[in-house]
This record gives sequence, structure tokens and C-alpha cells, in this order.
Amino acid sequence: MEFNTSLIGQVITFALLVWFTMKVVWPPLTGMMEKRAQRIAEGLSAADRARQDLANAEKASADKLREAKASAAELVAQAEKRANQIIDEAKEKAKVEGERITAGAQAEITQQLEQARGVLRQQVASLALAGATKILQREIDAGKHAELLESIKAEL
Amino acid sequence: MAEQQTSTEYILHHLTHNRLHSEGAMANFHLDTFWVGLILGFIFVGIFGLVARKATDGVPGKLQNFVELIVEMVDTHIKDTFHGKSKVIGPLALTIFCWVFLMNAMDFFPVDLFPMIAQWVGVTFFGADPHHVYLRVVPTADVNQTFAMSLSVLVYIIGFSIKAKGLGGWIKELFTAPFHAEGTVGKVALLIPNFLFQLIELIAKPISLALRLFGNMYAGELLFILIALLPWWINWVLGTPWAIFHVLVVTLQAYVFMVLTIVYLSMAVEDH
Repeated sequence: MEFNTSLIGQVITFALLVWFTMKVVWPPLTGMMEKRAQRIAEGLSAADRARQDLANAEKASADKLREAKASAAELVAQAEKRANQIIDEAKEKAKVEGERITAGAQAEITQQLEQARGVLRQQVASLALAGATKILQREIDAGKHAELLESIKAEL
Repeated sequence: MAEQQTSTEYILHHLTHNRLHSEGAMANFHLDTFWVGLILGFIFVGIFGLVARKATDGVPGKLQNFVELIVEMVDTHIKDTFHGKSKVIGPLALTIFCWVFLMNAMDFFPVDLFPMIAQWVGVTFFGADPHHVYLRVVPTADVNQTFAMSLSVLVYIIGFSIKAKGLGGWIKELFTAPFHAEGTVGKVALLIPNFLFQLIELIAKPISLALRLFGNMYAGELLFILIALLPWWINWVLGTPWAIFHVLVVTLQAYVFMVLTIVYLSMAVEDH
């Protein structure tokens, strides 16, 4: 153990080393480490936020999907209803048309019957007239008995 | 070397500093302590400065990771213990830990390696007498080195006290703590005992810091020298366990010096 001027030399070296560390080494290293800690914290919170966003998005998409399903179901129901309605309307229309056609046909039939009857009556009348004419032979004068003939015709 | 010398000569040779022999104020300057300490200091600030310069807050490399590990260890200690605000305590503690560790770690080199190189250099380039080329490679086994650091720490302790309490407050504390009394008479009576206690406390800190480190490293170095006196084929029996144990001592002493510095400085800024 011997103290000498080495002590002073080592004090100076030590002071210089501490000074250099204080100026050059310590601040950037601790600053960098703090910055990194901050970055990690930011990253973690960003990850949390992203997870939250994802959950929100999933929820929103599920909602949208449900809505779409509901509206699709509604549309289908509406369409079915409309289709039924159209069918009903068509049925109704067809019925009406059918009835109309039937009625027309019936009217025509009646008309033709009437006509046939008229023709028949005329023919019967002329037949009867011919028959009567034949029976009576000359006794009947068409001109004289025209009134009579007409009334017979009408009665037939 | 050991062949031509007696054991006593060998040991004494290893325990003699390389001195700057000159007259006057600079007499007896330990060149070996100075240069080894300076080179190791440059290694420390070189590596740490380099890493600090290109430090990235992204993914760190291996060296940066290692440097960060040390810085974070020191920083955690300071944040746990020291509650004041100071720009110097972090660099101070880091410098102490790394520098002391590197200087202690010089013990791991074979005890004859550097002295033999020095002898060869001295004889070849300076024409020196081989028996008068001395080199001690463990600066912390030199009281001048350990006291240089511990007395610097003492200066910091006093500086921190004055900065935290003001010059008046610090002087007042020197005379009014640790013993407190009620009334003027009691206070005056306690001035001297208080001052003595404070003085002892203040002086004990650098002495214990310096002597603890010096004692450990001197003892370690001496044991390595004694082990080197054994025949070469049995050397490892003692050398290996002592070297392995010394890994612990080297790290622990650097760590203890750093932690105690932080503790003393945090005591300095706190009120009694």
C-alpha cells in the first residue's frame, strides 16, 4: 500500500470517463431504450385497438348479414304473396272470361235456336199452307185469303 | 523467470509497480496502473459509445442487447434506490461498474503473460534490465486506483448533499444530526458529537469502498501469483477453481462498488 501521484492520475482518468459516459454513452442509450419502451407500448395498444376494431367489424358484418337475411326473407315472402295474388287474379279473370264466353255462346245458341225456330215455323207455315192448299185446292185464293194465311203463320 | 529467481523475488517482482521515477511533484507515478486503467477505460467508452451512436429503438443487435442489459441493470438499481433527480448518477454508476469490472478482469490473464511481454518489449526496445521491468496488470489491486474512485465518489456525495440541501443546510446537518436535542443547551452540547459522527460516517464511506475492492483484488492477485509458483503440471488443481471463483469475485466487487455508490448518493440527497 503506497499512496502517490498515481491517485491524482486515476482521479483524472475516472473523471474523464464519467464525463464521456455522461455526454456520449448514457443519454442516447437510455433515450433509445425509453423510446423503444414507448414504441412497444404503442404497438401493444395498437394491437388492442385492432382487436377491438376486428371485434366491432365482425359484429357489424354479422348485423349486416342478419339484416340481409331478414330482408331477403321479406322479399321472398312478398314475392310469394304477389305470386298468389297474381294467380288469384288470373283465376278470377279466367272465371269471368269463361262465364262471359259461356254467356256469349248461350246467347248465340238461343239466338240460333230462335232463328231455327223462326225458319222452322216459316217452313211449317209454308208446309201447312202447302198442305192446306193441297187440301182445299183451288178454293183458296192467295190474294183473298192472305190475311187468314198470315194469322195462321203467326199462330204457328 | 521463476527458474532464476527465488520465490520471494518472484512475488516481489510481481507486486512492484512500473513507476515513473522522477523528481518533484510527479515522483512515483504508477505507469502500469495508469495505462492499463486508461486502455480499459477506452475499451469501455469505445464499445459503449459506438453502440450508443448507432443504437436503434427497433430490434437490437447482439452487442447492443448486451450493452442494454448492463445499462438497464444499472438504471433499474438507480430507479429503485435513488429518488432525486440527477444527470450524473447514471453515467457514474455505469462507468464504475464497467471500468471496475474490466480492471478486475485483468486478473484472468495468466500472471506472467503481460509481465513477460513487457520484459521482452523493455529489453528489446529500451535496453532495460529484465529484472527491473515491472508490470502489474490489475489496476484495482492498486490502492491509488481504488481510492481515486472512492474519493471521487466522496466528492459526488458532498456535491449531491449540497445540491439537495443547500450549503447552509448541509453544514447545519453536519452539526445537528444524527443526535437531536430539545433546547439550546442540549443542541450546543451535541454540536461536537454530531460533527464527529458525521465526519466518521463521511470518511468511512470512501475508505470502505476503496479498501473492500483493493483487498479483494490484491488478495486475488496474490493468490494467482502463489499458485503460479507451483509446478506447471499441478498448477490447474488450484488455479482452475480459484479462477472460476474469481469470476464471481470480479463481478461481485464491481457490482458492490456500483450499488454502494448509488446507495451513498441516495443517502446524500435524503434528509436525516
